[in-house]
Amino acid sequence: MTENRWGLWSAIAFVLIAAALGGAIPSYDTGLLTQMLIYGIFAMSLDVLHGYTGMPSLGHAAYFGLAAYVTAICTLKLGWGFAAAGSAGIAASAIAAALFHLLALRTSHSYYLMITLAFSQVLWSLAVSWTDVTGGDNGLPGVMRPHIGLWSLGSTVGYFYFVLAIFVVVAAMLYIFVSSPLGYALRGIRDNEMRMRALGYHVWAYKYLASIVSAAFAGVAGELYMFLNSFVSPSTLSVTVSAQVLMMILVGAAGTLFGPVLGAVVFVLLQYVLSTYTDRWLFVIGVIYVLLALYAPQGALIYLRDRLKARRRSLG
Amino acid sequence: MNFWVINTLNGLSLAMILFLLAAGLTLIFGLMRIINMAHGSFYLLGGYIAISAIRLTGDFGTGALLAVVAVAVVGVIVQRLFLARLYKQEMPQALLTLGLLFIVADFAFFTWGGDPLLVPEPRLLQGGVRFFGVVYPLYRLFLIAWGLATAIFLWAFLERTKIGAIVRAGMDDEEMVRGLGINMPLVFTAIFALGAALAAIGGVLGGPLLGMFPGADFEVALLAFVVVTVGGLGSIRGAFLGSLLVGLVDNFGNVWFPQLSLFTIFVPMVIVLALRPTGLMGRV
Repeated sequence: MTENRWGLWSAIAFVLIAAALGGAIPSYDTGLLTQMLIYGIFAMSLDVLHGYTGMPSLGHAAYFGLAAYVTAICTLKLGWGFAAAGSAGIAASAIAAALFHLLALRTSHSYYLMITLAFSQVLWSLAVSWTDVTGGDNGLPGVMRPHIGLWSLGSTVGYFYFVLAIFVVVAAMLYIFVSSPLGYALRGIRDNEMRMRALGYHVWAYKYLASIVSAAFAGVAGELYMFLNSFVSPSTLSVTVSAQVLMMILVGAAGTLFGPVLGAVVFVLLQYVLSTYTDRWLFVIGVIYVLLALYAPQGALIYLRDRLKARRRSLG
Repeated sequence: MNFWVINTLNGLSLAMILFLLAAGLTLIFGLMRIINMAHGSFYLLGGYIAISAIRLTGDFGTGALLAVVAVAVVGVIVQRLFLARLYKQEMPQALLTLGLLFIVADFAFFTWGGDPLLVPEPRLLQGGVRFFGVVYPLYRLFLIAWGLATAIFLWAFLERTKIGAIVRAGMDDEEMVRGLGINMPLVFTAIFALGAALAAIGGVLGGPLLGMFPGADFEVALLAFVVVTVGGLGSIRGAFLGSLLVGLVDNFGNVWFPQLSLFTIFVPMVIVLALRPTGLMGRV
């Protein structure tokens, strides 16, 4: 419980600092903050599935990219409004997860890891080859950010505050979700599925629900990301994106809602700092994965905290 | 008629490349419970090293052998240095190999560049063969024969030799095998190296058809994942059946529904998993 509160306070502090900084710093940095918030939403959504329910997905980019594509297509080709296109994207991700998990829930652990990977890769290949609808490798450019009343999302700062507002709403919703009896049931399934079944929980239904919730919020992040760039391409569906979001929750401690947000912050900073020194980003991701696997499978932040504790104990 | 003969053979030759990967994947998982995300990296390294080695030595056989041995050595290093330290930790092992996938992809890109490269066909196997009124490339027929021979070899190795018996026993109850005084860490390393070598052979022999390019590692590994999901993890027979199914479906899918591409391989996967969640020949 104390751990949760620590995470909650740091999340609130992060939001307040971001809100204060957002309008005051150069617009490039505001863009970075926006990215952190979007990846934060994405990481939290995967955490519901991986961290809380114990379903290791390596295909979460599927829902991120699908919602982005559906929203872009509805806006560009069908001329739908912002709210309608946005809802359609989120619905598409939720429905895709609902259909896919009729199949995927027949598998567990390693099989689940592989089948989610395959699923995202199938969507990726559709995006590449179904050129009439998706624009193929060129993607779909030119999705403009709209006005909401007097609030223009076109400017960097205006969009930043919009994303911040969405982030707060999503974080609050997910916080309530994982703190509810339902959230505790998910943790129970993660820790001991057999026992939960013996206690009379309908494990399948809980997992099914978690996967749909997770996909819908990943869709929210995907749309925000698409509007940030005014562009969507097959790379939003790629395994690299799936691996990056998984890395965020592994850096930030899976199974704590706000740890992954910190992971997202670290990730964006790292990408920003390193991109000035090297373009070998894949190599960096690879090394981080190897180090995480060898030394801190519970999460880099948990590893650091335990090291600090151990040190304090040896000093005291 | 021609259409069916040619496309069936094309599907079979893809199936044999997939089998070379899937066999190693399934052996490594069956024995060590490792989902080797980096299996495609062994394929990619095999193909690329063969290209350079053939260029250097001017001979397909020598180059191919060098590539396979080099990749087997890489496999031994990966297993001894990294994976052995994460014994029986399924998730960290998968993450570690995922990291290696990225590292090797980056290394290959900076060493061999971004343009697709073909492994040259061996001179002996160039040209075509005429039968059933079609002319079919000799090399692809060789590939199919090689795949069948590998399948028979692996079957005989696992079912008819003492080491094979140890491997099968290790899949069922590793601790008991250890208790009988057998050096399991050595068996682990050997099987991992064997899997890496098979994947490298897949790269060398598949290279003239599919080519080596950034992302080839992942593309072919993904198909191999589908193969073992369909066939059942841990079973060589399953890997073989799965390869045939995926190879044929992927080939005919690409012919009939080119826009759907990978989507078609999802169909056999849905059907098999709906009927048998652990795959056709899956161990429980």
